[in-house]
Amino acid sequence: MLPFLSRLSRRRFLGTAGAVTLAAASQPAAAEAGGEPGSIHSENVALIVNGRRHNLELDPRVTLLDALREHLGLTGTKKGCDQGQCGACTVIVNGQRINSCLTLAVMHAGDEITTVEGLEGNKDLHPMQAAFVRHDGLQCGYCTPGQICSAVALLAEHKAGWPSYATADVATAPALTDAEIAERMSGNICRCSAYANIVSAIREVAEGGRT
Amino acid sequence: MKPFRYERASSLASACASAAEPDAKFIAGGTNLLDLMKLQIETPIRLVDIGPLPLAEIDERSDGGLRIGARVTNSALAADMRVRRRYPVLSQAILAGASAQLRNKATTGGNLLQRTRCPYFYDTTKPCNKRAPGSGCAALGGLNRMNAVLGVSDNCIAAHPSDMAVAMTALDARVETVAPGGATRTIPIDALYRPPGDTPNIETVLAPGELIRSVVLPPPPAGRQIYRKVRDRASYAFALVSVAAIVAHDNNRVKAARVAFGGLSYKPWRSADAEGSLSGATLARASYDAAGAAALKDAHGYGHNDFKIPLARRTLRAVMTEATGTS
Repeated sequence: MLPFLSRLSRRRFLGTAGAVTLAAASQPAAAEAGGEPGSIHSENVALIVNGRRHNLELDPRVTLLDALREHLGLTGTKKGCDQGQCGACTVIVNGQRINSCLTLAVMHAGDEITTVEGLEGNKDLHPMQAAFVRHDGLQCGYCTPGQICSAVALLAEHKAGWPSYATADVATAPALTDAEIAERMSGNICRCSAYANIVSAIREVAEGGRT
Repeated sequence: MKPFRYERASSLASACASAAEPDAKFIAGGTNLLDLMKLQIETPIRLVDIGPLPLAEIDERSDGGLRIGARVTNSALAADMRVRRRYPVLSQAILAGASAQLRNKATTGGNLLQRTRCPYFYDTTKPCNKRAPGSGCAALGGLNRMNAVLGVSDNCIAAHPSDMAVAMTALDARVETVAPGGATRTIPIDALYRPPGDTPNIETVLAPGELIRSVVLPPPPAGRQIYRKVRDRASYAFALVSVAAIVAHDNNRVKAARVAFGGLSYKPWRSADAEGSLSGATLARASYDAAGAAALKDAHGYGHNDFKIPLARRTLRAVMTEATGTS
């Protein structure tokens, strides 16, 4: 089963342009996602991604991350560690951020999934994306889609009054200090170490926009 | 990942019956199980997804306690205002564990049943009696910095990784289960976990197909509740040592104390020795150090983790100092 690609993705472009190493490196994931011989059965699953409903036939082993990338062509969501440690695969499911690498696509029938591609509206950057650009909250950019999805959900969690480990009294709704932002973003690793600028970008959006 | 059959649970009874089949597993959040399945450390041939079951509520009990459904996420539990006000040690412990993304998926039942993070359990090229019974324990003479110092055996020195369970142990939580035939039972959390002995592959007293449906918290005991976690980085790391304590005191003496340690054993380590030592003790560093000595008197280090023994004593002292406002 060939992955359905809704548009020319960067991966496909690089692959056809002769990036043999990259194309080869992508094969194991594609084979796993495509339902290799030996699968017991495949499952129909309807995913609602960025407001669009997609009916997919998937090997139950396919993670939500691989479904997004390999079956729907939404390569904005990145595969870093594939074991829940780096946060590059962070997406928002029913309003909550999760690691898409550590969940099966078949477990998300009917769920509302938002990826970085779904944050833009009318070709305008989401305020969080714009703030990351203004604050230089990235270097290589690989972790950035996960950072941004995570940051958008962080603000919703904070608005709902959720405490964090940095909250002195968990019975109170804390102010979003830099220490609170850093703690709440600890599931997103940035090996370029753009952390200081990521925190300032998030703080700007939390405080209501450009400062 | 090995192939498996995926089933959505339609009822408690059918879920338990399916999961009682050989090589079947329940899946809830999946954050630990799927990681282990990718590495082929877990190779179930059938996964029973309990997502459809109505186990995601936190209910008031008539005795002033709470009943927490097994599918309540770690985030939802930590953010629940009843928990934050009445059981702050539980909110603190949950928030000390994992990351926001993981806590949004990880569930109450799954957190209790998560597997150890011993590096040799994860390394399929090395002996591990928990993963491959009879193969030996590579941690005994290996890199055992994160491993246990209390209650373990020469067959396995794996530590339980949960923070949440440490607080629940200090709170005398009870685990409610349902078995494939429909029988229900209540297990004190301290009795849920089996010592490794010579069968470290069998970690709990749960029978095949027996499902944790809820966790009951008795009414909160009097006293200050504190969770203190010591780890290698400021966030998103497993505990080297942690302490959950609930301490009631007057101006001069500890009236009652509950103490549970994380990172030291195959289960959250409730220390009756420390609690006995603290009961009635004067509010002084010497009292806290005596309690620490009592708690760790049977501890045994394996080289790299020797430091955990003094670290646990000092962490208890710090927690008692904070809880009693003494110095």
